Amino acid sequence: MAELNPLTAWRRFLALPNESRFKTVAMAFAVSAVCAVAVSGATVILRPIQTANRAAEEQARIEALVRGIPGMADLLEASGGELSTVVIDLESGRAAQDVSPADLEAALADPANWTALEPGEDLADLGQRPDVAQVYLLREGGEISLALLPISGQGYGGRIDAVLAMQGDMNTIAGISVTRHSETPGLGGRIEEDGWQASFPGTEVRGPDGDIRFAVARGKASSVYEVDGITGATRTSNAVTRMVRFWLGPEGYGPFIEAVQRGEF
Amino acid sequence: MARGRTYWQTLTRPLLSENPITLQILGICSALAVTTSLATALTMSVALTVVLTLAAGLISVIRRHIPDTMRVIVQIVIIASLVIVIDQFLQAYFFEISRTLSIFVALITTNCLVMGRTEAFARHNPPFPAMVDGLGNALGYSLVLIFVGTMREVFGKGELMGVTVLPLADQGGWFTPLSLMLLAPSAFFLLGGLVWAIRSVMTDQVEEAEFAPRERQEAAE
Repeated sequence: MAELNPLTAWRRFLALPNESRFKTVAMAFAVSAVCAVAVSGATVILRPIQTANRAAEEQARIEALVRGIPGMADLLEASGGELSTVVIDLESGRAAQDVSPADLEAALADPANWTALEPGEDLADLGQRPDVAQVYLLREGGEISLALLPISGQGYGGRIDAVLAMQGDMNTIAGISVTRHSETPGLGGRIEEDGWQASFPGTEVRGPDGDIRFAVARGKASSVYEVDGITGATRTSNAVTRMVRFWLGPEGYGPFIEAVQRGEF
Repeated sequence: MARGRTYWQTLTRPLLSENPITLQILGICSALAVTTSLATALTMSVALTVVLTLAAGLISVIRRHIPDTMRVIVQIVIIASLVIVIDQFLQAYFFEISRTLSIFVALITTNCLVMGRTEAFARHNPPFPAMVDGLGNALGYSLVLIFVGTMREVFGKGELMGVTVLPLADQGGWFTPLSLMLLAPSAFFLLGGLVWAIRSVMTDQVEEAEFAPRERQEAAE
């Protein structure tokens, strides 16, 4: 009795009344199977191209960030136009012994290289942070004159990734570039605009007492430790404040910054 | 010839006389969220037009075999998958556009306009008319988005597509930007004004009042 010709079986299946239980379940499976194949297929096939796009984008942003800092283009030329890439151990603040920039990705894929953060110290709302991070350094006669530090934190609409450029004293911000965000377009999304990022250069992070005093102001910046706020985007502004404070603090690049300031790097 | 005119009507009626936003008040959540500037409004319009046209076609193809009991789930699954695939495609080949578009993906999936058209039209009509209807409604939606986006950008920032239209007072011009225009409520005001304006002209769109206003003021407790 079993129908062996698949075409006839298919016709018989389509001819079933829509309300039959078998057809309902079968249609549910069929639709989800087709959609699942389409979605995963698109994701898997296109992923290499997307990754390449993202890497190129980040590189372009870092270059644009360096070029946008006054006097930096000349410096770059003097040092051969190359930033040196260093993987540092966040805990000790020194160059990581067993991780090189080439196998950083593999190291970050290993959960053992991540540290969970206590709620009290987790300013940027990340939950955990990697033990190693890749930074870019520019040297001028042996002294570090610029350090590019990738930072990230939880924003209003999702994670914000940025690169913070610090001058050689490791206390004055030389610039910022937002590499990824999902903030509301036109409001928090304005963190990626040059106009807002232009208020970062020259801003100082720590006061004379060593406490971090950096903040995104409400409205116009009123001290050397503040940058202009964004109207209508208080949550995003606060997220940027907490993100910078976390990454420049003891749980972030703090040990590294102290090492640079002691001249050990 | 008569057939051709019906397609033409299916395409053009949603533009003004049966506009999905101003007549049916569908899809206004995204109309509020993405209209702070004309550029984002345009991006969203294009994305929604593609998704709605394709979704209407796909659902119409299998319309005879979607069991009634789970038709909404089937529609959502198809729309959501379509949106993800298009987003992935953009991220791979149009990276710059996808940077601004990716945020709106969730908004397109949950856009009641897409659901509304597939549920009301594509489920009962052959693929081609369904796609024409989807395209027409998407264009009607785009018109409103472009209008609101233009107003908000011009009066909120004094510029259009990043080009200064009204010189700002703090840069030596005369125009003081209305910050309210950049916040979500202003989109409500603009939409309300637009609905009022359209219904003043096209009086057949006015709905009957569901409640008669009270004649005299009751004392507040």
